[in-house]
Amino acid sequence: MKFRVDRDVLAEAVTWTARSLSPRPPVPVLSGLLIRAEGGMVSLASFDYEISARLQIPADVTAEGTILVSGRLLADICRSLPSAPVDIETDGSKVALTCRNSRFNLATMPEGDYPELPALPDVSGVVDGEAFAQAVSQVIIAASRDDTLPILTGVRMEIEGDLITLLSTDRYRLALRELNWRPTTPGISTSALVKAKTLSEVAKTLGGSGDLNIALSDNSELIGFESGGRRTTSLLVDGDYPKIRSLFPDNTPIHATVETTTLIEAVRRVSLVAERNTPVRLAFTDGLLTLDAGTGEDAQASEAIEAALAGDEITVAFNPHYLSEGLSAFDSKYVRFSFTTPPKPAVISAQDDLEGEDKEDYRYLLMPVRLPNQ
Amino acid sequence: MTSPDQQNCTILHVDMDAFFVGVELLERPELVGLPVIVGSASGRAVVLSASYEARKYGVRSAMPMARARMLCPQAQIIEPSHTKYQQASARIMAIFREISPLVEPLSVDEAFLDVAGARRRLGEPLEIGALIRRRISDELGLTATVGIAASKFVAKIASTHAKPDGLLLVPEAETLAFLHPLPVGALWGVGAKTGEVLARLGIRTVADVAQTPQAALHRVLGATGDHVHRLAWGIDDRLVTPERMEKSIGAEETFEKDVDDDQMLHRELLRLAYRTAARLRAGSLRAGTIALKLRYSDFTTLSRSRKLQAPSNSAKQLQAAAAALLAELGERPQPVRLIGLRAEQLEDAGRGGQQLSFDGHEDTWHNAEQALDEVNRKFGAAGILPASLLQPGARRPMQPDQGAGQQGQPEPGE
Repeated sequence: MKFRVDRDVLAEAVTWTARSLSPRPPVPVLSGLLIRAEGGMVSLASFDYEISARLQIPADVTAEGTILVSGRLLADICRSLPSAPVDIETDGSKVALTCRNSRFNLATMPEGDYPELPALPDVSGVVDGEAFAQAVSQVIIAASRDDTLPILTGVRMEIEGDLITLLSTDRYRLALRELNWRPTTPGISTSALVKAKTLSEVAKTLGGSGDLNIALSDNSELIGFESGGRRTTSLLVDGDYPKIRSLFPDNTPIHATVETTTLIEAVRRVSLVAERNTPVRLAFTDGLLTLDAGTGEDAQASEAIEAALAGDEITVAFNPHYLSEGLSAFDSKYVRFSFTTPPKPAVISAQDDLEGEDKEDYRYLLMPVRLPNQ
Repeated sequence: MTSPDQQNCTILHVDMDAFFVGVELLERPELVGLPVIVGSASGRAVVLSASYEARKYGVRSAMPMARARMLCPQAQIIEPSHTKYQQASARIMAIFREISPLVEPLSVDEAFLDVAGARRRLGEPLEIGALIRRRISDELGLTATVGIAASKFVAKIASTHAKPDGLLLVPEAETLAFLHPLPVGALWGVGAKTGEVLARLGIRTVADVAQTPQAALHRVLGATGDHVHRLAWGIDDRLVTPERMEKSIGAEETFEKDVDDDQMLHRELLRLAYRTAARLRAGSLRAGTIALKLRYSDFTTLSRSRKLQAPSNSAKQLQAAAAALLAELGERPQPVRLIGLRAEQLEDAGRGGQQLSFDGHEDTWHNAEQALDEVNRKFGAAGILPASLLQPGARRPMQPDQGAGQQGQPEPGE
């Protein structure tokens, strides 16, 4: 095998493929990147039994062939090479990498031992990459990082026709985001549970290049994503996701609308005195939201900002971290809080005008902290 | 005015004499004056406390029970009842806090007090020491030994010297005369290993340490060398720092026979979780982190910890975290000799309020476990247990807790 490719193209391709390599590969060959040179193209692939990644780059191929070489090492080397063409050529059981005056000889692993990569399921539809990336960033904040509850470390994707709904929860908050896509089969109805971490990687690395193909079949254990010649597959999380849509209250007699950035700033300041696990309190009165945190014996902070309240006055306490994370997911001018009563969850949604209606395509449901005297 | 001898000697180290035995003898007066050992009778437990009569036979705290019984077969063995010790301990600590707000408990039966601010009210340090001993004797019927000095380290050695039922003040001017004849092992930070290193250099007494240049000690012992050298000159400027909250609470169990069975380990974790959670709730505390400790047959010991998503004092949550840690270890290379669970990063349960969750489990479980506390308070510990712990023969007494400043720690050997 022998090919020449520009350093920047190679480095980018190797970095992307190597990110899904497991730090502790289940078998040694899975620490490798599979590189295949064929007909003017070089393809790179990685796999850890759970996630596979594949891409192709055009290259000046002078001898076709396949090698398996340590992915971490190759990524480190590519990152530090000067910006110049890179020559890669097999030399017996070694592979030589030359770039300007630098030369590396790397051991190869037997590519015959490399497992076959899972096939990408048939493409089921196309979504705008950027819109998908934004939607994912809004829901993954609520996914659990606690692997004692593996199901909750996933994001639930529900597909009904041209609507995708993403849902996640860690039992303390819930994020729901709806977005449109173009399904291949009209009227498709399916769902999948994808690890939040995987989805976040997909959003970051595949969301920037236009259309994103999503491949998902009803009885598949896999989901696939493809964009700009890059494809990745991931095993789905196994198990029944709890029915969490019903957690949104039907009836919320109390509404309060606050300017988003003003509130984010105020929460950030006031929670400086909220030691770990102590809440920030929000008191909504007519025209005013008063935030305060801290305890009598230690530091205290409070701040009042404008708020439009419809319904009874209400005081509610939240974990400041959960609240900030949720608020930061909104890019609307205003956010609306919808309440039933204090120990019940509050819904946060986007609102463009102070007097207008809220939008329902993204909702963040947050359980309060019960104060000792409640 | 303070007499010159007592000038600056405001640090008291108060240590109960054979505390667990003392508490037990209040209910068994017929055993006073006889060799008595508090410890579980089962195979691998250790001596938690031994009466001075038993110590004459060589019985020491933390010694395996089997060995203790060999040394002193006639000793009366009493099963430990930690609730009683905790109650007595609370009363003792309350007495200390009436003497001075500066109380630093070291364990259930031992504390440092700084009485600098109590002199005007209660008299000179010697009088205060005598007062503490008198109050403990009058109010609890127990004896304590008090060591008084200008520093924590010397006060502690003084109490060790005066044991049992004694009182000793080491005047500041006589500190070096008191320290220097002692063996190096008397210095804090000098254990068996450091002692060996020093012995190879011919350093056997505190005086030897003092006369060795600090640089030489630093070469062989590193930072410990500097520390030991300072102590040998009686320099110890650590303050008595009242600990507002316990740092951690936990329990561990040494199996009678090493255990390989996953189910049995998980069952033991459940028991430890219930015990630890009950203690958290009793102190109105919540744990932010749970640690698991395993000791294999060959005594290799490892511990792993994980942060809880929200702080908790529910046995259910503690057990889930510990079980996850156990599962993460994967296949065990050897059978397990000891398993332990520890609640760390404790915080006041009432302070921050309770983060509610969608499933509301924390409420249901919290209420159930609180009801359990009530029942157990009324009918004695282990009145109600999870069903999986009710297997015949599954119930075994607990091992003492080995953590610093913990309840149930074996008393320091005298």
